[in-house]
Amino acid sequence: MMPDILVKYQTEIWVSIGETFIMVGFSILAALCIGLPVGTFLFLCRKGQLLEDQLIFSSLNLIVNIIRSFPFLLLVIFLIPFTRFIIGTAIGTAAATVPMTVIAIAHYSRLVEQSLLDVPKGVMEAAVSMGASVKDIIIKFLFVEARSALILSMTTSTISFISYSTIMGVVGGGGIGDFAIRYGYQQFRTDLMIYIIIIMVIFVQLIQYAGITLARKLDKR
Amino acid sequence: MITLDNVSKLFGSFEAIQSISLHITSGEIHGIIGASGTGKSTLLRLMNVIEHPDAGDVIIAGKTLNHLKGKQIRHIRQSLGMIFQGYHLVGNKTVFDNVVVPLELAKTPKKDRRERVMESLRFIGLETLKDHYPGQLSGGQKQRVAIARAIVNQPQVLLCDEPTSSLDPNTTAEVLEVLQRINQKFGVTIVIVSHEMEVIESICERVTVLADGQVYDELEIKPTGIHKMEHSAEGFVKRLTSGGDINDA
Repeated sequence: MMPDILVKYQTEIWVSIGETFIMVGFSILAALCIGLPVGTFLFLCRKGQLLEDQLIFSSLNLIVNIIRSFPFLLLVIFLIPFTRFIIGTAIGTAAATVPMTVIAIAHYSRLVEQSLLDVPKGVMEAAVSMGASVKDIIIKFLFVEARSALILSMTTSTISFISYSTIMGVVGGGGIGDFAIRYGYQQFRTDLMIYIIIIMVIFVQLIQYAGITLARKLDKR
Repeated sequence: MITLDNVSKLFGSFEAIQSISLHITSGEIHGIIGASGTGKSTLLRLMNVIEHPDAGDVIIAGKTLNHLKGKQIRHIRQSLGMIFQGYHLVGNKTVFDNVVVPLELAKTPKKDRRERVMESLRFIGLETLKDHYPGQLSGGQKQRVAIARAIVNQPQVLLCDEPTSSLDPNTTAEVLEVLQRINQKFGVTIVIVSHEMEVIESICERVTVLADGQVYDELEIKPTGIHKMEHSAEGFVKRLTSGGDINDA
């Protein structure tokens, strides 16, 4: 039986959940499409790796570190001109996806780099000795051997993205976290805020469970 | 088949290989022996240019490998199999999927791949384990899978880096027997790096003894024992096999 307060606000809650899904969904997409290649490139440019290049590695490493060092609220505000340039406005759910994707790329690329560091060096050496190209080494060796770690990293990132999305209310991004603040905290409906927190905890638990289960299933080492 | 002509390799200011010249004939099983840190593995890695020489030439089947670039070098490596002490199999791929990789890299037609992999697995006696993962295999089985992967592309040369160092005596004998069969059946030139004289003696026809990045001696092994051995090398091998220090020789 659903509590009355949830029934009363169920339309707004569903809309908020939808906004969170959009923001987090774009973040995951950006993490996969850009963060994964950036993290892989970071790994390959490290000292002793296939594409060793100290200058590229240091530059990329610095950029990733700077983005990750930003307090997220300040990053959102700092990126307002950039967001306006890309989306045409700095307000709303679509605009909120811009800072979300920027932090998602930096966050996941670092985790990808760390995951790939766990691939035994010998596997890379065997790949090179077989005449594999860099592309072959990435697809047929690195990603295959690191797939469980990459999935666990994505799980961790997704949970962080959900957390980041709660801040997006400051630029009218909406989302379930923003709903809890506006309807629960600011209107003194603590019970509503607690219910929303419970919903978010359930989300996170489900994502974590799915991530761990999939990673475990794919890990044959 | 394999010629190293005055090859040197530096790591920083340390000269790991110092002007080594070596010729290995086609179809030979050649051993490279020496104590730890004498440059055995580096010498082997120079043969397929995983390590690029700082001086000299690496010539295989008439091609100077160190002059080749990118795609050409990768193409040559596809005809040189290599196995390692640590097997270096992909843990998340089945035995079959590990062995098929060189065929995928060489763009062998898909319809031929299955038969070629199964042929390799039959040769090493592990066709029933094709759906197992490396984590489910013993050390000896993993090394045999690594051998199947190395020969599936029908290489002219098989480079073996301490292939039996992690194995017990029985498994070592099995692996050496497989290597011998590869040499006899397919005429593959085999180069084995090892610090175990028993391994070298049991399978090799000729041996290069390395010390401090240089060729210390070249020996010929016949059924009656080691021949063409200089007095100093005899002392060296005795010390090596009894675990003594190479520099005492």
